[in-house]
Amino acid sequence: MTACQIMTSPEPDILVDISDVWVRFDGKWVLKSIYLKCYEGEILGIVGPNGGGKSTLLKVILGLIAPIKGTILLFGQKPGGQARLNVGYLPQISHADRSFPVTALDVVIMGLYQQMGLFTRFRPRHRQAALEKLEQVGMADHADKPFGVLSGGQQQRVQIARALVSDPRLLVLDEPSTGVDSVGQEDFYELLAGLRDSLQRISVIMVSHDIGVVTSHADRVACLNREIHYHGETDSDMDSDIHQKVFGRNLKVMVHDARCVSCNMRHVDHD
Amino acid sequence: MTEWLHMGFMQNALAAGILLSIVLAVVSCFVVLRKFSFIGVGVAHSAFGGVALGALIGVSPTVSAIVFAVCVANAIGVVGNQKRLSADTAIGIFFSLAMALGIIFIGLSNTYNVDLFGYLFGNILAITHQDILIIAVLGSLVLASIRLFFKELLFVAFDSEVAHVSGIPVMFLDHFFLTILALTVVISMKVVGIILVSALLVIPGAAAAQITDRYGAMFAVAIAVALFSTIGGLCISYYADLASGATIVTLASLIFFVFFGIGKWLKGKG
Ligand SMILES: Nc1ncnc2c1ncn2[C@@H]1O[C@H](COP(=O)(O)OP(=O)(O)OP(=O)(O)O)[C@@H](O)[C@H]1O
Ligand SMILES: [Mg+2]
Repeated sequence: MTACQIMTSPEPDILVDISDVWVRFDGKWVLKSIYLKCYEGEILGIVGPNGGGKSTLLKVILGLIAPIKGTILLFGQKPGGQARLNVGYLPQISHADRSFPVTALDVVIMGLYQQMGLFTRFRPRHRQAALEKLEQVGMADHADKPFGVLSGGQQQRVQIARALVSDPRLLVLDEPSTGVDSVGQEDFYELLAGLRDSLQRISVIMVSHDIGVVTSHADRVACLNREIHYHGETDSDMDSDIHQKVFGRNLKVMVHDARCVSCNMRHVDHD
Repeated sequence: MTEWLHMGFMQNALAAGILLSIVLAVVSCFVVLRKFSFIGVGVAHSAFGGVALGALIGVSPTVSAIVFAVCVANAIGVVGNQKRLSADTAIGIFFSLAMALGIIFIGLSNTYNVDLFGYLFGNILAITHQDILIIAVLGSLVLASIRLFFKELLFVAFDSEVAHVSGIPVMFLDHFFLTILALTVVISMKVVGIILVSALLVIPGAAAAQITDRYGAMFAVAIAVALFSTIGGLCISYYADLASGATIVTLASLIFFVFFGIGKWLKGKG
């Protein structure tokens, strides 16, 4: 046993800890008793049907939606405060407008605004950092193009670069591969794995409809259809003992296979 | 040809107009980028209620208009953020309420010591050195505070949700900008009038957006458009004996249409 292994604590840091979270929209429960943890240095996939509450869950984690009940800890703190400075976010639906007069590089630099402080304009090092991220997502050649003339998939890549540019500890990505071609997707998942395995041990929470993509690239998967249906490591069946220890007693575990058939079904309204 | 420049009132109007052009142009860019055009209309009309209130209770119409417009602007911000009510609806209600109150206040005051017509349509003959001073001081305040939050305002306009997640105080900045919008309306009242100021809160930025795809260029072009239409409009209104505010807005609109055409042509080419 090496020194390194002795020093590593058996329980890795918990970046996100959600317990018993309930969210309701217009009288309908969208999230019901959600328990979920995300550890340092892991890629956590969230899959589920349309309307299953995946985007809502991410917004709860980011402090954009306050739950009716339950607690969320982001780096051990309530979301919304200082904690969010360590998060890079890629929304599912971008509100960005095609006619907005910014270049791809400008968009990435926005991810650094909060670090720059008031009054200051960006400096060469900010520009450099933004260019590096554009390089990583294969968009360096388009840095000076207006954001609006880029294709949907190219805009998606630019927004991924913006999520990465502040060197966050946690990436929250809502359908990151939408519109990105298959070559781009392979590069993208390789990039995520690289970040996870880097010294910073970055964690990724990634939502996708594509169960195949998630099972091949995520370390653990949660299936969300208003409730969490299956939650475990992608390649091993989870012992229910460990399951309860890791995810809490109140987690409803529904037994089904790892391809998660029930998540492919339409959600049922339980109200 | 430069005779108009030697008239005392014209010099006042020109000084006020040049200062206002810069402020209106910069504010209009954010109005266009944040899609607040209709809020600009609402806030401008609400200033009328403030002027009438000033006439009724005997305080300076500028002061009462500032208080009134700032309150209405922020109320629109609060109500417009509710899920149940679209921002358009909130603005529609507040702006008619403010106008209605203005008409009631005028009826109650029974005095005609305040030139309401001048506030509604602008009256460059009435611009005093004190007005220029107010425009200079409040206008600088508006520009300085926009400079302070420039990149944050830009991010919020581009994508408010991601801006919020990255730690930018979106709510605060929206209310801050609405307050600035209200101040800009009030200092522009005497020159262009309440009815037409909302046009200048949109047109310079909208015209510039037609032919630019970088924000720096957009602000520069907007300022040029506003300066050109204000100086040109004042000059034309003097010689053709037209209402100055209306002439300025007409000229600015013409520039918008020309830029709109150029923008289409540029896109067709590239
Ligand atoms: N702001 C809102 N107001 C009212 N209802 C909402 C709101 N946001 C989401 N919902 C509802 O909550 C449910 C879950 O939506 P959510 O966007 O979280 O689903 P999702 O799993 O991300 O779906 P998709 O796969 O289509 O992205 C849906 O039924 C939706 O109608
Ligand atoms: Mg979604």
